[in-house]
Amino acid sequence: MKVVVCTKQTPSTTAVFTVDANGHVSWDDPGGKPNIVNPWDEYAIEEAIRLKENHGATDAIALTVGSEESKDALKTCLAMGCTEAILVSDSAFDGSDTVGTARVLAAAINKIGDVQIAVFGNRAIDGDTGLTPVQVARKLGWTPLTYVSAIKEISNGQITVERLLDDGKETVTAPLPVVISVVKEINEPRYPSFMGIRKANRATIPVWTAADLEVDGATGAEAAKVNWGHVYAPPPREGSVEIIEGETIEEKVRKLVDKLFEEKVI
Amino acid sequence: MDFELTEEQREFRHLVHEFVAKEVKPLARHTDETGEFNWQAVKKMGPIGLLGLEVPEKYGGAGVDAVSAAIAAEELGWGCGSTALAIGAHNTLGLGPIVRYGSEQLKQQWLPRLATGEGKLAALALTEPGAGSDLQGGVRTTAVKEGDSWIIDGSKMWTTNASIADVIIVLCRTDPAGGSHSLSQILVPTDTPGITIGPPEKKMGLKGSPTHAVTFEEVRVPLENLVGEEGRGLHQTLATLDSGRIGIGALAVGLAQAAYERAVAYAKERHTFGKPIAQHQAIQWMLADAATEIQAARLMVYWAAWLKQQGKPYTKAASMAKLFATEVSERVCRNAIQIHGGYGYSAEYEVERMYRDTRLMTIGEGTSEIQRLVIARHILNEW
Repeated sequence: MKVVVCTKQTPSTTAVFTVDANGHVSWDDPGGKPNIVNPWDEYAIEEAIRLKENHGATDAIALTVGSEESKDALKTCLAMGCTEAILVSDSAFDGSDTVGTARVLAAAINKIGDVQIAVFGNRAIDGDTGLTPVQVARKLGWTPLTYVSAIKEISNGQITVERLLDDGKETVTAPLPVVISVVKEINEPRYPSFMGIRKANRATIPVWTAADLEVDGATGAEAAKVNWGHVYAPPPREGSVEIIEGETIEEKVRKLVDKLFEEKVI
Repeated sequence: MDFELTEEQREFRHLVHEFVAKEVKPLARHTDETGEFNWQAVKKMGPIGLLGLEVPEKYGGAGVDAVSAAIAAEELGWGCGSTALAIGAHNTLGLGPIVRYGSEQLKQQWLPRLATGEGKLAALALTEPGAGSDLQGGVRTTAVKEGDSWIIDGSKMWTTNASIADVIIVLCRTDPAGGSHSLSQILVPTDTPGITIGPPEKKMGLKGSPTHAVTFEEVRVPLENLVGEEGRGLHQTLATLDSGRIGIGALAVGLAQAAYERAVAYAKERHTFGKPIAQHQAIQWMLADAATEIQAARLMVYWAAWLKQQGKPYTKAASMAKLFATEVSERVCRNAIQIHGGYGYSAEYEVERMYRDTRLMTIGEGTSEIQRLVIARHILNEW
């Protein structure tokens, strides 16, 4: 049983999103921090590695669609313990919307072959749509299991998971193969290790192009159904600060409570 | 000439920095105030490789190069002096002799559990009530062969990690005749009957790194626990200290960097006479000196580590790096308090702790005076 973890390289968590007067978007880190593995994906990577360690998966393969630079994210996956990493990169995929990306990922998963579980993070911190896992499941014709907070059991060609929903938890069983997207309650991602970093630096990460895949459906900017018509930074939040004065703490607290009542906060 | 770290070294630094920023630095105040050892973070260090920096991979270690090991010590020092000292002592002083001189049996028996965090830490016991830097003449702890065992009797002082270690490498006198070939290193598991580990010493700083007096009363360990050669204990110890000095220098650079960062941030925040104090020349000079001296110290530490990695003599370089880096660190931490004014003297601000922590660095693993002695001996022989 092979497990694939689909990851994405994103800007760092401290990167600042800016749009200039011409509508050009930049997402740079003021401290110069490099791009990172999408933080949500760290839980997916950890779970893929645990599927190998605890559930008899033969491989935990990291898969990314992106530029050559995304190899850094894949190296992190290898340093954490993934057994293999594959980059899918082609200018034909540039500007794809989530459907286009899902088509590419599905084709890559088919090419890997014998995959029983494809694991995703819940969402990516840049696009923030959370759509790709279910779209990949649709393309593959597999069952999507979203918001997974625990993998309970894998046996007899079935997987049982716990899903964390707004109203509570539910336990569901589905036949393999499945696509799962995980929430952060599922595990505590491990740190990469020195030994893993060394292994990752020695590893060759194959790059698959459009020619290597049988992508079903159109990809790229022209095929995208979603267009970014107008991108702008949200206006800064307005607010004011009032320092409550008083002779004693008790007086200050009384004034504060009155204010909170006045504003109907309490 | 190349001042760039390798890609692998940069990645190591990034990994350790992120780990320390998340797991070690936020607990530094708690560690200092309570004296509780930060096991929570240390247990996570094993899988990363921080507990077996120079232990070969085949024994479960990370097997990193000397510059990477120095970087790890520096980053740990940046996060928490106490934790950094314990991990430094574990790696260089405790595991170092086993890695370099230990028999295959000792390596297989101890390194995997100590390097992966499965067990506790390792320690080295040298100093005695009457022996500090003058080990050759001063060590009174004896080890006598009896059957298939060593019988160890004596007292050690200032043993870093003793209460949080599975093993202590003990420097013992094995030849009562004395001389430079009369000492040996013997590995003693801390659960061996006859060992008494005293309460943690009350110290000025580094309160989360326990330091103990240890007494040995008829402690019996197998002859196979000899580390390296009988009679080579002094040489092995001095070589171990050379390596440890790079670590202490690196740790001091990390502490200095942390204090400097706090000082810069505070100087930009704090206003006097209508402008941030960072705009006053008196403060700027202190910050400029700190930045310059930290950079020089860091380069000296990396230089010593690089020499070690190349297999070249590095005793003088390690002493120079340790001397300079630790004195720089003391100066930088002192000035960081000065920049903070009255607040800097308060335990509410971290620079107070850093100053107390770095004070040991000019004393432990050879005082500044001993470093100058070592350097002087080398340069006088060179000319």
